[in-house]
Amino acid sequence: MILNRMKWTIAFLSLVLIGCGGGSEERRVEVGAREGVLHFGNGTEVQGLDPHIVTGVPEHHIVTALFEGLTSKNPYTLESEPAAAKSWDISEDGLTYTFNLREDGRWTNGDPVTAEDFRWSFERALTPALGNQNNYMLFPIANAEAFANGEIDDFKQVGAKVIDQTTLQVTLRTPTPYFLQLLDHYIAYPVHRNTVEAFGSYTDRISQWAREGNIVTNGAFELIEWQVNSHIRVEKNLSYWDAENIKLNAIVYYPTENLVTEERMFRDGQLHRTNEVPLDKVSVYLADDPDRIVIAPYLGTYYYMINTTRKPFDDVRVRKALVMSIDRELLNETVLEGIMDPSYALVPPGTLGYQPPKIFAYDPDQAKALLAEAGFPNGEGFPVFELLYNTQENHRKIAIAIQQMWQANLGISVSLLNQEWRVYLNSQENQNYDISRRGWIGDYVDPNTFLDMYITDGGNNKTGFSNQRYDQLVLGEAPTKLNQDERFALYYEAETILMEEVPIIPIYTYQTKSLRDPSFKGAPSNIMDHYNWKYVYLEASE
Amino acid sequence: MWRFIAVRTLQAIPVILTVITVTFFLVRAAPGGPFSSEKAVSDQVKAALEEQYRLDLPAYEQYFAYMVDLFRGDFGPSFNFPSRSVNELIFQGLPITLELGLYAMLIAVLIGVVAGVCAALKPNTLQDYIPMSLSMIGICMPSFLLGPVLVLVFGIWLDWVPISGWGNSAGDKLLPSITLGAMYAAYIARLSRSGMLEVLSQDYLRTARAKGLPEYIVIIKHALRGGLLPVVAYIGPAFAGLLSGSFVVETVFQIPGLGRFYVQAAFNRDYTMILGTTVFLASLIVVFNLLSDILSAWINPRLRYQFRK
Repeated sequence: MILNRMKWTIAFLSLVLIGCGGGSEERRVEVGAREGVLHFGNGTEVQGLDPHIVTGVPEHHIVTALFEGLTSKNPYTLESEPAAAKSWDISEDGLTYTFNLREDGRWTNGDPVTAEDFRWSFERALTPALGNQNNYMLFPIANAEAFANGEIDDFKQVGAKVIDQTTLQVTLRTPTPYFLQLLDHYIAYPVHRNTVEAFGSYTDRISQWAREGNIVTNGAFELIEWQVNSHIRVEKNLSYWDAENIKLNAIVYYPTENLVTEERMFRDGQLHRTNEVPLDKVSVYLADDPDRIVIAPYLGTYYYMINTTRKPFDDVRVRKALVMSIDRELLNETVLEGIMDPSYALVPPGTLGYQPPKIFAYDPDQAKALLAEAGFPNGEGFPVFELLYNTQENHRKIAIAIQQMWQANLGISVSLLNQEWRVYLNSQENQNYDISRRGWIGDYVDPNTFLDMYITDGGNNKTGFSNQRYDQLVLGEAPTKLNQDERFALYYEAETILMEEVPIIPIYTYQTKSLRDPSFKGAPSNIMDHYNWKYVYLEASE
Repeated sequence: MWRFIAVRTLQAIPVILTVITVTFFLVRAAPGGPFSSEKAVSDQVKAALEEQYRLDLPAYEQYFAYMVDLFRGDFGPSFNFPSRSVNELIFQGLPITLELGLYAMLIAVLIGVVAGVCAALKPNTLQDYIPMSLSMIGICMPSFLLGPVLVLVFGIWLDWVPISGWGNSAGDKLLPSITLGAMYAAYIARLSRSGMLEVLSQDYLRTARAKGLPEYIVIIKHALRGGLLPVVAYIGPAFAGLLSGSFVVETVFQIPGLGRFYVQAAFNRDYTMILGTTVFLASLIVVFNLLSDILSAWINPRLRYQFRK
């Protein structure tokens, strides 16, 4: 009797199992392609949508859809294009920019987008009490840094002036050739003053203004739905000045922090684009499905920092020995599936046409000789030191490979130390490490975004590296050159100094990896991994 | 009985207070704060951030301010999601995690009890070995392995059910519930088998059979009641475990539940969110333990007599 019941239960359960199966319905990407709805894997859940508070790349992907700066970027060339400003004039000395805003720019509540909106937004972004972690991006504006550091209180002294309702004049402290690019960063996006102030003080981080139902934006898309850890949906903004040229009807962003789950979602037809590809899947896709995987250069460098304040790393010969005894080609082919670019300097090659110096190569014999010269023949007497990295499988694999190379080529032993992300950041901040992994992604396309890290006592330096000539080149001479070739020659000289002193061990240039459905168009690969959502469209396949 | 409940409830208060206090100081002692980032920020920015979240006050002042808010039922604003409060996030994630836990529990009890009883009725035969071996596998197989395997087979190869999401498409709740419930089903199967085996050899069952009751009444009415005691005692803590341990399943299946908030909060050093979720889950665990004790006392008269005096 009991057994009978059990059989029924089991039969019932299997029925439920089968009954729930929907069978082969149309997949989400196909429905999306037909209806113009893009399903976008966006990495981690965004912290928020207030352009002056957020800091990450996932936030960038959404905020650029919702807001529009004075300029935007062409995704094919990364040239600045008119956006909220329909045109601009640059004075001959490269210091004064006059922006002419378009008359038909509208906020989603119908208010016109004015020069005052931009001036006020710059002021908000720079106000110290807001605690904007990206405020340094606006420092090229005259007196912006002094205002952000609380040295001056009056924003009138900062170089952003309203001429009339649609004319904004910005004065810089030094000529900044990449200034137009910065205006397409969320730091320089306008926010709607009345909306922000309706939900609290303009310096309150804890505010509800940037939420669905409250937020007022001026970009090509408007926020419809935001369910934390589930999805964010934005839809075409019909009041946008160029609405007729927006090709998508909606974008749905998914927080896909688990790479493996993300890849499965892609395979199941739930995403048009993934944020990442697990490294061990790369070769599978390259072999079986090369149309669906995109690997492209990225404006970032993976490297190790050396703490030059600690012995024996204060000796440049030791640092050179470490740098020259890593076989980057081998590392790339084995650990990195051959998809990264071995790197021999800090700035990624081809940044706006800039080619970094290559003054060393893999040379274990010379490395050994240098180490002997420094007093450690065959690594004898070399203290055991620690290689710090944040907990992640790929960082560990790379560290192990390099550990073996140093052991084999130099006879020195390094112990590996992995720390959880925030602990690792803390160790770096306190310069409490011997050698530490570091990745740096450029904020804008210019060698300066990499080279200005290593000025003496720079906040991001953390290696103890200091060189007067380097500081003079990067801070003093290069910014004053309006001619790009002359400027790049100075950067080249500076980077040569950096690589002769080697406070850092370049390892590889980043590549972005992503899976893409063939219907996903208008989003060419570029080194910023930048999307201009107006260009993106979906092509339904027959 | 009331005295029993009252004593257990009073015991819970110092437990929760200790949890709050220890967590509060422990998260602050962990290296790396909520605003540490790869890029250096100026001292002014750092100071402004700390001021907005009261981190500039001495630790004991922060603690008392937090306790005052807590007694008003306010867990404070989230550090990581500045536009949301911890209360809002918890109550957004909770129903989803509760629902997931409930389905998983139903599956666990249903499969576990049936398999366990089945095995106990014919010990040391195939009817015993098969479910017990399966349950051993269930116990050994972690959900971060079982989940992807189920997804691969039923989601991608057979294409029967969706592989991620919660309530977005029909049937997407099935795989996560099974994945989460599997381990508990396995435990329950073993618990109910041993419980039943013990009871089946008791004299009162022989009496029941001797007075001519049909076998199914003997089993269901007499044997199950005693045999499932260990299962009942296990369900309370198990349900609490389901709620606090669902983050793996939530991550594998992209479910916006409480578990994911909990883990993200720890990684982000989202102090208020860590505290909020920890305190909330600790209270849930205390409550479920209490409920399961009460339930055991109700089923098992021996426990009740202890508290009569």
